[in-house]
Amino acid sequence: MANVPEDLHYSKDHEWVRVDGEEAVIGITDYAQNSLGDVVYVELPKAGEEFGASESFGSVESVKAVSEIFTPVSGAVSRINESLADEPEKVNSDPYGEGWMVRLRMANAGEVDSLLTAAEYEDFTKAESE
Amino acid sequence: MVDFGGWDMPVQYPAGTIEEHLRTRTHAGLFDVSHMGEIDVRGSDAIAFVNRLTSNDVTKLVDGQAHYSALTTPSGTVIDDLLVYRLAADHLLLVVNAGTTEKDWDWIKSHHNGESVELHNASAEYCQLALQGPDAESILQSLTDLPLSEIKYYHFRPGTVDGVSGIVSRTGYTGEDGFEVYASAERAEQLWNKILDAGNTGAPTGVLPCGLAARNTLRLEAGMALYGHEIDENTTLLEANLGWICKLDKSDFVGREALAQQKQAGIKRKLVGFEVTERGIARDEQDVLVNDEKVGKVTSGSPAPFLKKNIGMAYVPVEHASVGQEIKIDVRGKLVGAQIVKTPFYKRIK
Repeated sequence: MANVPEDLHYSKDHEWVRVDGEEAVIGITDYAQNSLGDVVYVELPKAGEEFGASESFGSVESVKAVSEIFTPVSGAVSRINESLADEPEKVNSDPYGEGWMVRLRMANAGEVDSLLTAAEYEDFTKAESE
Repeated sequence: MVDFGGWDMPVQYPAGTIEEHLRTRTHAGLFDVSHMGEIDVRGSDAIAFVNRLTSNDVTKLVDGQAHYSALTTPSGTVIDDLLVYRLAADHLLLVVNAGTTEKDWDWIKSHHNGESVELHNASAEYCQLALQGPDAESILQSLTDLPLSEIKYYHFRPGTVDGVSGIVSRTGYTGEDGFEVYASAERAEQLWNKILDAGNTGAPTGVLPCGLAARNTLRLEAGMALYGHEIDENTTLLEANLGWICKLDKSDFVGREALAQQKQAGIKRKLVGFEVTERGIARDEQDVLVNDEKVGKVTSGSPAPFLKKNIGMAYVPVEHASVGQEIKIDVRGKLVGAQIVKTPFYKRIK
């Protein structure tokens, strides 16, 4: 069973959002890292770049495949997780912790309310894997 | 699970592609490759018939020997690549790719022209398990009386494994030493489980079951062609660096004339291996550029788990095909630097 922390918000593209004041920390879910397999490369934007909700902000690559990653909320990148350049496997080992990807200064904090709750996301992944 | 030529195949097992790949290089990996097709050719003209349809020289095989070869079109391109096993002077077994088995079968039947041969598509009757890696011989030896150390590379023997009769062949598609076992399809599960047990699966150095993804990265590191990627009906054997299975001096075969002409005139493009020198991973079908000009396409591109590099193969014009040539790969709109290198990328120390 994939780990789905209670206190996060989720997108149907399998990203998670942790609200930290005016910022949103974003990564991919345990379910997503598990279906991708060993992550070998993460391509992230640069600090300062701006994204609308559901826009692609980078990609995650396993041995076999490339998956785009989408920001669930709009905003400007304040920081990226630079350690993923050398240790992309953190996305597998700790997707909600050391495997975080970007920090955004949110343009519209209300957008998180339209995302899935942990329970909703769990139902969504169950339906998807059936 | 993915659909692969009509077969439900696992892309990876729980250990994951990288671990499966590394374990095969350092200890052993077990692959269920029962999807491969088997075509049985019997009769007094078996050798002459197969020799007319394939590019390698079947008359050079002795009983118990196999070789890599290709079914060729009249223009020297590739219907399929295959292994030809000589069981007896009047009995050959052709092992072909899963996705092309039906096409090959139709091609072979339609080229039957009075030769005294009986053809049989035996694909559904066989299972094929590939045990690969430095520990393959000792693991398999615990299940068979066949003297495995006496079986040379690209040779095989009929015998039993765990009491199941079949063929044990020292062949593979990983660049490692190893064996492929052909047996009755209904004994596949028994053999699979017994080999895993004998190889101490679950232990840190035990055999790992491996999926299609590891099979692909292992063969790519070893510089081996995959049908539908490096070779197909639009690429000739000479362009694909497979001149070594093109025996133009043997008796006539389909495509011989075209290949002889191409050899004399010289090829215009060539399959090469490359290493990505900047950050990024090249993938199948991406464009290759030299001096900002599109010159070719990636046929296979992937991270190479053992070499810890990002590698690939591509067709490029011969004038840009030298080792050391700098190229760019169009990775989803971003040009990433790469350099042509010698293949195979990986060669095991014997």
